[in-house]
Amino acid sequence: MHELAVTQGILQTALDAAERCGARRITTIQLVVGELSSIVDDSVQFYFAPLSRGTLAENATLQFRRAPLNVHCLDCQEIFSARAPLPFECPHCGGVSLRVEGGRDFYIESIEVTDEAAGD
Amino acid sequence: MKLPVIENILNANDKIAQENRALLDRAKIFAVNVMASPGAGKTSVILQTAQRLPPQLCPGVIEGDLASRLDADAVAARGIPVVQINTGGGCHLDAPMLRAGLAQLPLAELDLLFIENVGNLVCPANFALGAHLALVVASVPEGHDKPYKYPGMFAAADAVLLNKFDLQRVFDFDVEFFKRGLRMVNPHAPLFCVSCKTGAGMAEWRAWLLEKQNAFARQE
Repeated sequence: MHELAVTQGILQTALDAAERCGARRITTIQLVVGELSSIVDDSVQFYFAPLSRGTLAENATLQFRRAPLNVHCLDCQEIFSARAPLPFECPHCGGVSLRVEGGRDFYIESIEVTDEAAGD
Repeated sequence: MKLPVIENILNANDKIAQENRALLDRAKIFAVNVMASPGAGKTSVILQTAQRLPPQLCPGVIEGDLASRLDADAVAARGIPVVQINTGGGCHLDAPMLRAGLAQLPLAELDLLFIENVGNLVCPANFALGAHLALVVASVPEGHDKPYKYPGMFAAADAVLLNKFDLQRVFDFDVEFFKRGLRMVNPHAPLFCVSCKTGAGMAEWRAWLLEKQNAFARQE
């Protein structure tokens, strides 16, 4: 359900960008998704095909770049990367005063477009 | 040809959220987006908070649920203006739904609006509504590991209420462990341990909320 709304957002944002520059077809959409953004790549991919049918983005490839989530240990100052569920303690010193940095990204980085219509 | 875009995926939603915020600002209504898992006590928190407001502050409520009017009826029974939004299976409220809900409320009469989001610790955090404050309600029976498992939600909070705190011993709830998880993703949001049942902790939460509402009202 959630990914349906997200996929509609991706499609609309990409179509708007393509139309602004007069492109005839979108071939690739590059997305940046942070670890805390709760987006399932496969699920977005699943919704994208039917939603994009008949648009400039039909058959476009979705590329996901997972933005790293770094955890900063306030005890030993070490910074390490992590995924949800978050770690309970620092793998280096066992400290429990941790701070997450980043991980909330959720945007389209770029699209690749061509002036050739589908099938040209 | 590669075109840089750098645009938020939920841009369309965010734009409407900004319009909602502008509408609320014009109406001088301080809006609180209440998010939690099902059963954490969102409706109880709203009712217990509303009951403790000074008489000159008029609250309103927007209830988001997949189905039913149970929560809206409970709110209406207290004489509080309320609109029920049924998402029909949708797992979160979004900005257009809030816009539709606002259109049905007597905005000129209200000072404080509680928006009860759909019970869910995942997607509501991603969909801006236009509220001034994001309140996350956790509850003791859910367990002390929730900030580690649902970091996105706890990262989005401006304040966290830990409800059903009267049950802390029954459930061996480790408050320090919970707090460390919360601080990992959100160093600043205040945590209030409350019980809607006994009223414990509600005075501190009320005082903090009124301070925020006051600052908003002065600046408008």
